[in-house]
Amino acid sequence: MRVAVIRFPGSNCDLDTVFVLRKVIGVKADLVWHKNFKGDYDAVILPGGFSYGDYLRAGIIAAHSPAMKYVKEMAREGLPVLGICNGFQILIEAGLLPGALIRNTTLKFICKWVFLKVKTTRTAFSNLMKREQVLKMPIAHNEGRYFIDEKGLRELMENDQIVFTYVDGEGNETPNANPNGSVANIAGVCNLEGNVVGLMPHPERASEAILSPYGSDDGKLLFLSMKNFLERWM
Amino acid sequence: MIVERPDMQVKVNLTREELEKAKEMLGREPNIVELGMIDIMWSEHCSYKSSREVLKILPREGEHVIIGPGQDAGVVDIGNGLAVVFKIESHNHPSAVDPYNGAATGVGGIIRDILCMGARPIALVDSLRFGFPSSPHARWLFRYVVKGIADYGNCTGIPTVAGQVEFDPSFERNCLVNVGCVGIARKDRIMPSVASNPGDVLVLVGGSTGRDGIHGVTFASKTLSEKSEEERSSVQIGDPFMKKLVIEATLEAVETGYVRGLKDLGGGGLTCATSEMAAKGGTGVEIELSKVHLREEGMTPYEIMLSESQERMLFVVDPKGLDKVLSVFEKYEIPYSIIGRVTDTREVVVKLNGKVVARVPAKLLAEAPLAKRTSKKPAYVEKLRDIPPPPMPENLEETLPQLLSSPNIASKEWVYQQYDHEVGIRTVVKPGQADAAVLRIIEEDGGNRGIAIKADCNSRHMYLDPFNGAAGALAECCRNIVAVGGKPLAFVDCANFGNPEKPEIFWQFEMAIKGLAYMARGLGIPCVGGNVSFYNEDETTGRAVKPSTEVLAIGLVEDLKHVTTMAFKSAGDVIVVVGKTFREVGGSEYYYIVHGIEGGKVPAADPNREKSSMNAVLEGIRRGYVTAAHDISRGGFAVALAEMAIQGGRGAEVFLDNMPREPMRIDELLYSESNARFIITVEEKNLDNFISLCRNTGAPFGIIGRVSRSNRLILRYESLVLEYDVHHLEKAWKMPIWEYMEGLRS
Repeated sequence: MRVAVIRFPGSNCDLDTVFVLRKVIGVKADLVWHKNFKGDYDAVILPGGFSYGDYLRAGIIAAHSPAMKYVKEMAREGLPVLGICNGFQILIEAGLLPGALIRNTTLKFICKWVFLKVKTTRTAFSNLMKREQVLKMPIAHNEGRYFIDEKGLRELMENDQIVFTYVDGEGNETPNANPNGSVANIAGVCNLEGNVVGLMPHPERASEAILSPYGSDDGKLLFLSMKNFLERWM
Repeated sequence: MIVERPDMQVKVNLTREELEKAKEMLGREPNIVELGMIDIMWSEHCSYKSSREVLKILPREGEHVIIGPGQDAGVVDIGNGLAVVFKIESHNHPSAVDPYNGAATGVGGIIRDILCMGARPIALVDSLRFGFPSSPHARWLFRYVVKGIADYGNCTGIPTVAGQVEFDPSFERNCLVNVGCVGIARKDRIMPSVASNPGDVLVLVGGSTGRDGIHGVTFASKTLSEKSEEERSSVQIGDPFMKKLVIEATLEAVETGYVRGLKDLGGGGLTCATSEMAAKGGTGVEIELSKVHLREEGMTPYEIMLSESQERMLFVVDPKGLDKVLSVFEKYEIPYSIIGRVTDTREVVVKLNGKVVARVPAKLLAEAPLAKRTSKKPAYVEKLRDIPPPPMPENLEETLPQLLSSPNIASKEWVYQQYDHEVGIRTVVKPGQADAAVLRIIEEDGGNRGIAIKADCNSRHMYLDPFNGAAGALAECCRNIVAVGGKPLAFVDCANFGNPEKPEIFWQFEMAIKGLAYMARGLGIPCVGGNVSFYNEDETTGRAVKPSTEVLAIGLVEDLKHVTTMAFKSAGDVIVVVGKTFREVGGSEYYYIVHGIEGGKVPAADPNREKSSMNAVLEGIRRGYVTAAHDISRGGFAVALAEMAIQGGRGAEVFLDNMPREPMRIDELLYSESNARFIITVEEKNLDNFISLCRNTGAPFGIIGRVSRSNRLILRYESLVLEYDVHHLEKAWKMPIWEYMEGLRS
């Protein structure tokens, strides 16, 4: 099992993600420079950061890079594809996930720990979680406000494509628990098939108890789900 | 003054005497390019001509020191083949006229200082000072300085983990922006900023050279005036995306083993980088300006040599490995140009299309003549020290929430939520959780260890008593590191003062450095680098900033198991005060906020008292006795206790009669800012063990109460009872800065 973490110019959570995959999850993970990525992996992760400086619009330049041709192929083949933060923005700009990510309603960068509710366990990155389970992870973004029109939202719900929502400590999707003004408190979504997942929070920063103010390691569940998915289905 | 030449006239900051001296050393009239080069290198900012002699008294040696002051950053051995590299610098003047770009490029500059030692930057620290937030101008500066730091730091992927914000009317126009950076490197990969081998190739890498930032350092070496707004062109524009590429490319290039020297281009640009590297190496350099990749057409040699365009690094490369090194820059698609070679002439020779346009001995540029400054104790010092104590406040109970709401004490969440403090997955102790940040070491074979980081200074103490104020800043910084379980190893400092040509200002500077040296020697903590920023004055009001020697210290956490935060953990834990409280309320936040006075005798700094308290607390933490620790500083005992309760979301009942103290009033006992004190909690079963540690180190202590199950914070003193709801205190502490910045408080 080999996982690629793609480094675009300006990625900055690439080393963190590789560290967690290797040291915490125990899978083979390569840091791959975007120009060298040819898709010959079992799974691929687009890490957080500011690819191409977020110039023009967050994620859009990377979304048009040659590496994404191979990411799209992997997505079509049903292989796990994960976008974290800036990676989520890239997947959306590349048309692999629905919706849009726009500036936080506060118009400020927000870095803090939030609570997330698991809305579906059918995906390549949530199959070891329980539905309605509340996870703790940090967010760190300026453009993380998920937007989709009403029709799109209906489709997301009908097709079970909402993976995570922002909630309070008791698991309620309240306006106060929504840090950035996302539609329906959405923090992460998947494609129809459930093999492509994008989320704004950072699971790689929440995979070791020592880094969590709560002593939790919930982020690990995403990566372990990916491992489980590959072991069972591939 | 204006210097005329047949082809043009230039304004230089050099004095007439300095110009004569330069002529004499050169043996002829300098031409325009040479004059510009000498002007910036002899500026206060580049040359430390006023401060060099005074700074010599700081202790620079210690068992952990690999590189001390004089290089771009200090380097400290942390064992296991690893070294910590760190430095702090000011970016005050640029931030005062263009807060967003000024602060952003300040961050950019300090990152390069760490990078050019061959280290990966892993943390940023920012200490900021503004006018009181009720002033719209102060809020404007505050808002955009924070945004500048956030946008730049976040993009480069370096977490901003610690810092300080102080508000005082003296910073109204001349805000202070001190930015620090901490990096980690393998000891065998530490890069000197030296050009030692004639024949080595000089490669200029990164951002293109433009007209921005010309005269940045001379701008920083004079006082701010109404005209300063016109000097916005002296402020550079940052590009954090380019910086991120430069960071990764530089670290990869260093790994090739063919980079022999490395220096960033900051203040003084190409002139400073070439002359300092040659002077340090006892070599010379020859560069060809037509090779430099430029941003604009028609730039003159004068402009190219003086430009302070951002995101540039100068590499000294072994010619044998040149291709290998260049291929790294090509991979990252970073512009570079081969601009010249190291020579053995000891001269900086600048050519344009083969024709020499400047030829100056490297030493002449790098070693500016000293400026003799006189010092005189200002009249205000004794006058303010001897003011009578204010009367007892009518309603003592209200003073604690009032102090917690002071912007100087209130939560800085509004600030640090805008900083990515998690990236890098090292941040074990995050902003707001404890007295210092702790970053874990994740390098191979680094052990289960961490680096504690903190920056501190109380400018009001410094103003009233620069000696004790500066000594206290270092002591407080070290206490903060101890409180999280770290052993302080070394510090760097950033001195911010007014115009050193004024004897009263220079006195403040001298006394501050003496105080710092006294505490550093006493604690055995060496100074490994620093920065001096003078001319922090507003010409219109003639007012200088309150002097500040911001201290950035690092400590080593031997085992991450030891990491301790300030939050009360469990009901029943016993609360112990370590260290004696003296009647030292002068310069306190209490005097300022409650009584509106600035004066009195500020807390004395005594390294022996510090050591006994720190040793007891650190040993207690390492043995696992201590469940929470917090140093007592601004706001005194009561504020420290309230912060522990707020963080833990639980109350406590304490008896102040048990505090070790000299006789004083209750308000003084609550709010004295005496040094060498901590509040800690221990589990009952470890109490005796902890007490014997205090006895061993000679630290005075008092067992004052217990953490309670309820959310009531109850303070008892003789027959007096002060009682608070912790949630109420939390609200008073948490909201003020949000409210100021979101327009809900004025």
